[in-house]
Amino acid sequence: MNARQGFIGQSVERREDARFLTGRGQYTDDISLQGQTYGYFLRSPYAHARIKKLDTAAAAKAPGVLGIFTGEHFKAVGGLPCGWLINSLDSTPMKEPKHPVLADGKVRYVGDRVALVVAETLEQAKTAAAMIDVDYDELKPVVDGAKAMSIKSAVHDEAPDNRCYVWGIGDKDGADAAIKSAAHVTTLTFRNNRLIPNAIEPRAANASYDVNADNYTLYVANQNPHVERLLMCAFVLGIPEHKMRVVAPDVGGGFGSKIFLYGEETALVFASKQIKRPIKWTADRSEAFLSDAHGRDHLTTAKLALDKDGKFLALRVDTTAALGAYLSTFASCVPTILYATLLAGQYKTPKIYAEVTAVFTNTAPVDAYRGAGRPEATYVVERMVETAAHEMGLDPAEIRRRNFITEFPYASPVGLTYDTGDYNATLSRAIELGDVAGFAKRKAASEAKGLKRGIGYSAYIEACGIAPSSVAGALGARAGLFEAGEVRVHPTGKVTIFTGSHSHGQGHETTFAQVVADKLGIPMDDIVIEHGDTGKVLFGMGTYGSRSIAVGGTAIVKALDKIIAKGKKIAAHLMEAADTDVVYEGGVFKVAGTDKNVPFASVALTAYVPHNFPHDKLEPGLNENAFYDPSNFTYPAGTYICEVEVDTATGAVKIDRMTACDDFGNVINPMIVEGQVHGGLAQGLGQALLEHGVYDTETGQLLSGSYMDYAMPRADDMPTFKVETVKGTPCTHNPLGVKGCGEAGAIGSPPALINAICNALGVKDMPMPASPYNVWKAAQAAGR
Amino acid sequence: MGIKLTLTVNGASVTREVDAQTLLSEFIREHLRLTGTHIGCDTSQCGACTVHLNGRAVKSCNMLAVQAAGMELTTIEGLAAADGTLHPMQAAFRACHGLQCGFCTPGMVMSAVDLVKNHKCSTEAQIREGLDGNLCRCTGYQNIVKAVAQGAAAMK
Repeated sequence: MNARQGFIGQSVERREDARFLTGRGQYTDDISLQGQTYGYFLRSPYAHARIKKLDTAAAAKAPGVLGIFTGEHFKAVGGLPCGWLINSLDSTPMKEPKHPVLADGKVRYVGDRVALVVAETLEQAKTAAAMIDVDYDELKPVVDGAKAMSIKSAVHDEAPDNRCYVWGIGDKDGADAAIKSAAHVTTLTFRNNRLIPNAIEPRAANASYDVNADNYTLYVANQNPHVERLLMCAFVLGIPEHKMRVVAPDVGGGFGSKIFLYGEETALVFASKQIKRPIKWTADRSEAFLSDAHGRDHLTTAKLALDKDGKFLALRVDTTAALGAYLSTFASCVPTILYATLLAGQYKTPKIYAEVTAVFTNTAPVDAYRGAGRPEATYVVERMVETAAHEMGLDPAEIRRRNFITEFPYASPVGLTYDTGDYNATLSRAIELGDVAGFAKRKAASEAKGLKRGIGYSAYIEACGIAPSSVAGALGARAGLFEAGEVRVHPTGKVTIFTGSHSHGQGHETTFAQVVADKLGIPMDDIVIEHGDTGKVLFGMGTYGSRSIAVGGTAIVKALDKIIAKGKKIAAHLMEAADTDVVYEGGVFKVAGTDKNVPFASVALTAYVPHNFPHDKLEPGLNENAFYDPSNFTYPAGTYICEVEVDTATGAVKIDRMTACDDFGNVINPMIVEGQVHGGLAQGLGQALLEHGVYDTETGQLLSGSYMDYAMPRADDMPTFKVETVKGTPCTHNPLGVKGCGEAGAIGSPPALINAICNALGVKDMPMPASPYNVWKAAQAAGR
Repeated sequence: MGIKLTLTVNGASVTREVDAQTLLSEFIREHLRLTGTHIGCDTSQCGACTVHLNGRAVKSCNMLAVQAAGMELTTIEGLAAADGTLHPMQAAFRACHGLQCGFCTPGMVMSAVDLVKNHKCSTEAQIREGLDGNLCRCTGYQNIVKAVAQGAAAMK
């Protein structure tokens, strides 16, 4: 069949599933190497303390112990770097205290790494760790970000008031003036609750050093192995980059938490050279709760000014963001660049000003977690808009329509240029899908049962396809944000694709192959997607920020274009035609307007067996790579509508309907896209209803440190979602017209749920998570 | 100090020496090197380690290996037919996109088979309640629930 095969847009079943369903996946902990040893980290039991004494002598003599490493071993190497410089309003750079691989005389959160014990078995390492004699001098912990600046205790000496930076964006005077003279101003203060990512595969690493080759191999559960390698080699350990191979094999979920360079794998790599044997460490769940980078944790006050008709005039946002004890890899950009630039939402609010104070606290570091900044921004905008609508007696859909951006491109007052969108389309379709028309009837039925029913909207936008490097660089990024792809055509016409994107559940082995099959007109079985190994893939920035198909996919498309261009020249030579007369369709090179043709596989064979070949014009072989740096972000958007039934006697909330209507531009695999939305919704609804990372404010102990204390969404907590992706507005600046879909569900759903609960109870605010206790308290206070 | 342990693993008799404190999950992963059974927590809450003992689902992190003496253990590696044909539940998970990263999947599938075989779960509400002991962070459960219903129908 020569016709276009049309894999793009089809719900092709996933190729990776065969190994996952039969237990043949290879996750980091599944890999055991010759001479394997085991690492165990002794962690701080205190939130804030000086280490007065650290004596490892007895532990070192314990059975099976091969080495014990402490902060002393890492005095000469660098700290874990932060990848983004943020400057304060007064132009001073952010405070950037050293983030040591192992604690350097002070511990700064419960779970901070004090020592690494390496032994023949894990049991022996644990036993020896218990024999390490540590004497701590406790200091007052700084726990609540909102109070960090007033507590007389400094997490770092470099930041005596615990401030890392005070950053701002937008027109402060303009926004304040508009708020002063507006017909209506809505004001709210709320927290965006701390979340703990909880990929079901805990973080894990296995580091080895090859004495003969003088090089290292690190297997690690990670979303961006090249970034991991670059940061660890160049900024911390000083290992020549070409002497280190990083492999991120099958990875059991990331959600941001496996982007970052952590001290654990860094210590393992360092120690592997000393021990001269491979060292494996896998976090247990309790350790993961303590030591994975957490997400969110904002306290925000916002003011939205409106004219008498409900048109937005200005938005002012003041946020305190807790960064935790150290600056994690992308910690600084999450509450700034990835947050405040999204505060225009889908609306033409003319004046916006946001000020963010970022503070150090004696808690686990906070960094990107699914959505990273954009859920926090959406929560601000959509809670404010809905609250304003109720205060002014306007329909929540109508107030949004009155303020939607309708002309594109649109330059927002907070620095982004939206290329395309149709916000009315997703709002209108969501209203149909959610049967908003039937709400009054359902509300009456609930009331007859003694229950309160409420409906809430959220019209989100996100900036994905991260990111144009020059824009990011101007904003403080210390890395490029392009992606790399390589197409290796084998002599028989089979194809291996190497991508710098990494799949940890997204299904790239399938979707990327769909793109390649369509573009080359060959069967999917002829294509293999390789990723996650710096020893195979030339370079890569990895997977986060819903960037894989938009940036990684485009890099592959660009490399495919080069393959086809070279193939045309080879085919032209074989068919004795002019290069410019050759077209490529359905896997066959043809001379336009004739029946002369050469199939792809013949051209591939000719490239590698170049007997009859244009050697004067071309090199043999058929292998191309491409680097793609996007010219803009992509802007997925949509409307989510949530309907809840609340029992005011118990505070229990039932999510009765959750409707999500998204515009992701073009869609490669609808089944996978829908699955991504489902997962995002569960994480967003989990944030709003269940999840809360809680530290004791006096001691800094993590109170929600297990699955018995941290409420993960379970199957019977979730409703059946109604999800639809509209035939939307394709992205205008990448060849696939794709925008990205990985984070939307987590971004759009929290305000929809909280708006619905507020509507049900007739209250202005509801803290997240809307636990039965919080709901019951609000219902009691409001006399419901 | 080892204890001699004999049991049937995926249809074949196996004898190994284990320490008394060795967990069944550890025995499966480290001694038998059947790494399809995963460990996702340390409080028996996540269900990633679910296997079948004498045809019933158990969380293998929650019992000692020696407690399985003389029993029939089936892990995810032993669920498909000998010729590689997927069990109807495995096939349903694939058809319904009931997995993403794959880490919770073995436990999810083993639980799902048990729910259908031993607990006659078939409605959405029964399935959601029945899956309460298995955590998934990727799928939002919707396609898992769909897969279990489809798998249940195929197992009839």
